Parts: sequence; C-alpha cells; structure tokens
Amino acid sequence: MTVDTTNSPEAAAVPPPGTASPDKRAVQGHRRLLTRRDRFTLALMAGLPTILHVALVWVTALASIALAFTTWDGIGFDSIKWVGLDNFRELFTNNPQFWPAVQHNVIWFVVLILVPTPMGLFLALQLDKKIRFSRVYQTAFFLPVVVSLAVTGFVWQLVYNPDTGLINSIIGANKPGHYIDWIGDPHLNLWAVLIAASWRHTGYMMILYLAGLKSVDPALREASALDGANEWQTFRNVVFPTLRPTNTVVLVVTIIEALRAFDLVFVFNKGAQGTELLSILVTNNIIGESSRIGYGSAIAVVLLVISLAVIIPYLIATFRKERRA
Amino acid sequence: MQHLSPSGRLSLPSPSRRTLLRGIGGAAALGVGMPLLSACGSSGTAADPKTVTLGSNASDAVPKKAFAEIYAAFKKQSGITVDVNTKDHNTFQEQINSYLQGTPDDVFNWFAGYRMQFFAAKKLATPIDDVWQKIGGNFPDAMKALSKGEDGKYYFVPLYTYPWALFYRKSVFQQHGYTVPTTWDQLIALCKQMKKDGLVPIAFGDKDAWPALGTFDQINFRTNGYDFHVELMAGKASWTDAKVRKTFDHWAELLPYHQDGAVGRTWQDAAQTLVSKKAGMYLLGTFVAQQFVNKADADDLDFFAFPEIDPAYGQDTVEAPTDGFMLSKAPKSKASAVKLLEYLGTPEAEAIYLKADPSVVAASSKADTSAYSELQKKAYAMISGAKHLTQFMDRDSRPDFTSTVMQPALQKFVRDPKGVDSLLTSIERQKKTIFASG
Repeated sequence: MTVDTTNSPEAAAVPPPGTASPDKRAVQGHRRLLTRRDRFTLALMAGLPTILHVALVWVTALASIALAFTTWDGIGFDSIKWVGLDNFRELFTNNPQFWPAVQHNVIWFVVLILVPTPMGLFLALQLDKKIRFSRVYQTAFFLPVVVSLAVTGFVWQLVYNPDTGLINSIIGANKPGHYIDWIGDPHLNLWAVLIAASWRHTGYMMILYLAGLKSVDPALREASALDGANEWQTFRNVVFPTLRPTNTVVLVVTIIEALRAFDLVFVFNKGAQGTELLSILVTNNIIGESSRIGYGSAIAVVLLVISLAVIIPYLIATFRKERRA
Repeated sequence: MQHLSPSGRLSLPSPSRRTLLRGIGGAAALGVGMPLLSACGSSGTAADPKTVTLGSNASDAVPKKAFAEIYAAFKKQSGITVDVNTKDHNTFQEQINSYLQGTPDDVFNWFAGYRMQFFAAKKLATPIDDVWQKIGGNFPDAMKALSKGEDGKYYFVPLYTYPWALFYRKSVFQQHGYTVPTTWDQLIALCKQMKKDGLVPIAFGDKDAWPALGTFDQINFRTNGYDFHVELMAGKASWTDAKVRKTFDHWAELLPYHQDGAVGRTWQDAAQTLVSKKAGMYLLGTFVAQQFVNKADADDLDFFAFPEIDPAYGQDTVEAPTDGFMLSKAPKSKASAVKLLEYLGTPEAEAIYLKADPSVVAASSKADTSAYSELQKKAYAMISGAKHLTQFMDRDSRPDFTSTVMQPALQKFVRDPKGVDSLLTSIERQKKTIFASG
C-alpha cells in the first residue's frame, strides 16, 4: 500500500510524452510535482474508497464478530450484554437447524461442482464450434443468469406447487393420498431447489468457459490434430489444461455461490426443514421483529470462518505461484 | 381485497409478491442497529399543533382507503390534520424496532397483547390512561385487558378484531347431513365420515409456517385452559409438561384428517379446496372469506367455534387478533395525538372503517352492528361472548421465539408427528435461552 501511494502519484504526474511541451515550468515545478488540486483529487480518490471499505467491510465485519459474543435485541446500545461463548454453545448443541444448514451448504457446493459445471463446460464446447444459431443458444442458456434469483425461485415454486404446479398436474400427484410435496418434504425439497439452482448455474458456467475457450490458441488444436489426436484426446490433453485459469475462476465462483445461496430458497419455502441454509438462519434471527442480533451474528461468524477456511488456502496457493513466476 | 394474515399482516395479493417484498424489506432492514438510517419517513420536524403524524402499516388499498376516511372525518370534527406515513406492511413490521427508536410518528399502527407490552416495557410508547378515561366505556373488559401494558397502564387503542374458527360450507353440510360438532368426539366422528364421503376433512396449508401456530393455540387452550396457555406463551410453563404433551396427542389424533402435503401449500391454496367443496372444514381467521370471490360462495360460508375438549374449559376462549393504535415515546404534538386516539376509540370511527372493510368486526361493544353481514354478526357474537381472548401465538409470545423456534418446530411436527418428545425437549431448551436473554 505505502509503496503504491508514493510512487503512483509521481508516475501519474509525469505528463504523457505526446502532449508534453518542452516548457521551463516543468523543470521549475519539479520540486512540487503535485498541485493542490492533484493532491485533493488523490486524497479523494484514495481516501473515499478507503473510508467506505473500512466502514462497510471491516467495521461491520468486526462488529458482527464482537456482537457474536453478546445478546442484543437491537433496542438501545445499553441492552447489549456480554455472554461469552454462550451463543456458539447454543448453536452447536441446541439449535436443530444449524447442522442441517451447514450440511446443506456443503451439498449445495458439491452438486454445483458435479452437475452444472461439467454441463456448462459441455455446452461451451458445443457453442465454441461455431454451429448455426449459436448466438440464440447462448442467449437461451444464459438467460436464467440474468433473471433475478428471486424471480427464478418464484417461477420454480410455481412448477413445484403441490396442488396446481406443473409437475404434479402432469403426473397426477395432486390427489389426496398421492401427494408429492416438492416444497415441504425434507427428502425432496433440497433436490428440487438444487435443480433450479443448477439450471441457472449451468448458464453462468457456460459463459465463463466460453470466454476461456476463446483464448485457447487455435494453433494448439491444429498441432494436436496434426499429431493424430482425436477430439476427446485434444480436449483432455490440450484444451482442458489451457483452461486452467478459467477453472480457478469457476471454482471460486462456485464456492461463493454455495456459501451465499439464499434468495432462491427464501422465495421457494423460506428455508423450511430440509432446505435450511446458514444465510437464511442469519436472516431469520437478525432481521424482523425477532432481533436476536447476537445469536444471528454468531451464525454469521460461522459462515465467515467457513469462507475464510476456503479462501485462505486458495490465496496462499495463488501468491506462492506468483512469487515463483 | 386485503389479506389479513393471522399475525395481523395485511399482506399482499399473492404469496409471491409478499415474499419478494419481504426480501426487499430485509434489504432495507440492514440498518438495524443504526436507528438514524431506518428512521426515514417522519420528516416534518416542526411541531404544528394542528397536525398529527401517523405511521401506518395499512399499505393495501382497502384498509388504506378506510383509514383515510376516518382521518378525513376526524379533521372535519376537530380541525386537526393527520399526516399519514404509510409503509409496506411487512417492512413496517420488520423495521418496527429501529423505527420506534429513531424519530417515529406521533401515533402508529400496532397489535394488541404481548407485542404491544414488549414496546411499552422498553419505554418506546407513551401511556394513554387519559385517553381511556374518555373511551373506556366503549369497550368490553376483555379489550381493556388487551390494551394494558405489564405495568397496568393503557398503551393501546383497539380498532378492529376478527376471530379464528372452523369454517365450512353450509351447502356441503346440508348435502351430507352433517351437524356442527361441539365436542372433540363429534369432531373426530365427523372427520371420519367426511373421509368416507370422499372429502378432505380439514384443509390445511402451512408453507407460510404461521397457520400451524393457530391450530396449536386452539387445541392447547381447549385442552389446558386459558391460564395455562398464557403461562406457556409467556415462557413460564414448560414445554415438556405433560399438559403440552396432551395437546400434541390430541393434535396427532386429528392430523390424519388434515390435508396432505401441508408444508408445501400456502393458506390461499388450502382455502381454495374449501371454495371448490373438496374440503369439509378449514381452521383459519375470518380473512379466509377473501378467497371466496364469488358472492354465492361467500354467502355459503359459515363457521363454528373449535369444539370443546375438556368440559372444565368448554369453548370459553376465542382467538381474536386485534389491531389498533399506539402513541410513540415522544410525540411532537401530544395534545392533538391524544385527541386523535380518543376519536379512534369511538364507535363512529369504527363504523367508518368497517363500512370499507367487511372482513373484520369492531373492537368496541358500542359500534353499530346493524350493517353487519351474517358472518360479521356471528363473529361479533363469538368475540363478545368469550370469557378470554387470545391474540395468536406470534402476538402472545416473544416474536423471536415463535419465528425462530416454534414455526420450524410445528412444521416438523405436522410432517412427522412421531418425534414429538424430542421435539418438545428441543423447544424447551431453546425457549430457556431465548427467554433468559431479556
């Protein structure tokens, strides 16, 4: 950070060669490269984002960590009471929704990696072959990503509605005694909602891979074709390895998607039994009249720790690689 | 048509919009703990003695218009303008904590009972004993009790109320020769007969998680009486008590006669099975009538009180959520606000409201009942004849307890009634923590 701030202003203050006039003032002004206005602009450009970042990211994150060790109903700061590890003890031992929620977040990640990601890669490979109407297909597959997740949740909820929904109406499972409760049954609802999530995630992955495939040097393919490799061999030994940077992005994006999964389920069934997620537990405890802010913060801290446990090893690996390079 | 959910939400036409807005409300409520941020709305700082500001949650067209008519009549009578600040119903409810801590309006919409007492105890409302000296004669004792805080002072002016009961269609009962059950055994016998006749005995949808709270309330105060119910709601009685177990045993006996797949069904969809005559009965508040759009269907709708379970308690308790008004902690023009509250407690104000919104009945015993529909008359008789009134579980108990513990627990019970013992132990453990947190 410090290196940056001292160097870049000077670099920026050096007039671009094209417009620079061989004026004497430039030499005289060497002592004060930065005018008042420059310094003001710089302070604004560096200061404002810093303030916002600190206030919105660090202060709030640290505040929730601190609040996780208290109970607070959100009314007046004097009602904050220090309770030590009680919230966590309660969470780990007494909350019947907590462990299922952790489990569902993990399932969410595993499913997203195993189903829509290869599916997206497959679609990207097909579209990369410049088949006819490829723009149309691209748009169609990508559309679910553009639509707000809340809308996606609503649409799928109509599909799964036990009485009037598309599926039950077609297979006749909306009569007494034959109900298939896609939304309420905890053995079904997570999978039902994961189908909706995968439907969307496939499009997302397709676009990422499509961008990645564009950067694969055609000469590589040509070379492997000349060497007599068939399509599958080319993909496995030539194309896929060059997609490495894309794969990293895909992995990170999918982890983030799995941890922040919320809106789809919230609209679908508000996280009823079978679809509990950490993010929904946080919301249910903090927002609204319930205002168990300390307890909700404790859940948020668990979510933070999980995110860090995933992100830190990734960052370490990346930095190590960069240093080696 | 407005949608009154039992927790008093004048909710939106479809579950979808409702949940969507809830999400938006959630985003807006990120300012929790930052009272200044969320205390938007009441902008007028100048205390004009001829203006009262009022925070309203009546965001739907019907109640909004009905309230506007009341305020217009009030202005004509007193010359005081009511400056209404309407917010989306769910948003209002979710932001209530920070709203009341910031710069709230002078008067605001709220619910009777525990939820009102909670804010009174937190000193976020002003006692209005002076108002009640004038309007006290207009209300029955049960309403008076509902309007008092834990300290015995009045904090609330009730406007309207509506009962929970078992709804049915007269034509269906006539066709099959059913009679209205008054005891538990008759109810079970009727359910069996309905099942034989190819009907769903009791329509049920618990996707929104609150309807099951209503079923529990009915069975519990019929089984164990009002006093125990109140103790249980207040966190004093134990959920592992044999009495609670008895309530759940009764419920488990009735559950097979409820509609399948309830946890995935909204109350609106469940009501539709009653509309289409596929279901025999439905336990809900009178707002179920909103689903009977067709006039012929609506006229066919009738209800009866939940049958007696223990003769010691009979049918003496009625669940009747009540909505009304409160005075905020530091009203800017208190004298005018008091006048407004006095007016709101009169039969005239109630008559204006009921004319526009016929799905509820007046809280006052002096209101004009001549214009009531059959259903309203019956509801009114039921409420005024009640020995005890309850509000609904999420108004009679701590909202954090009902929303984070009871709603998921009862959904679980409805789906799988077998694991009731471990469920009750879990409820009791969580209850202890929540009620201990002050």
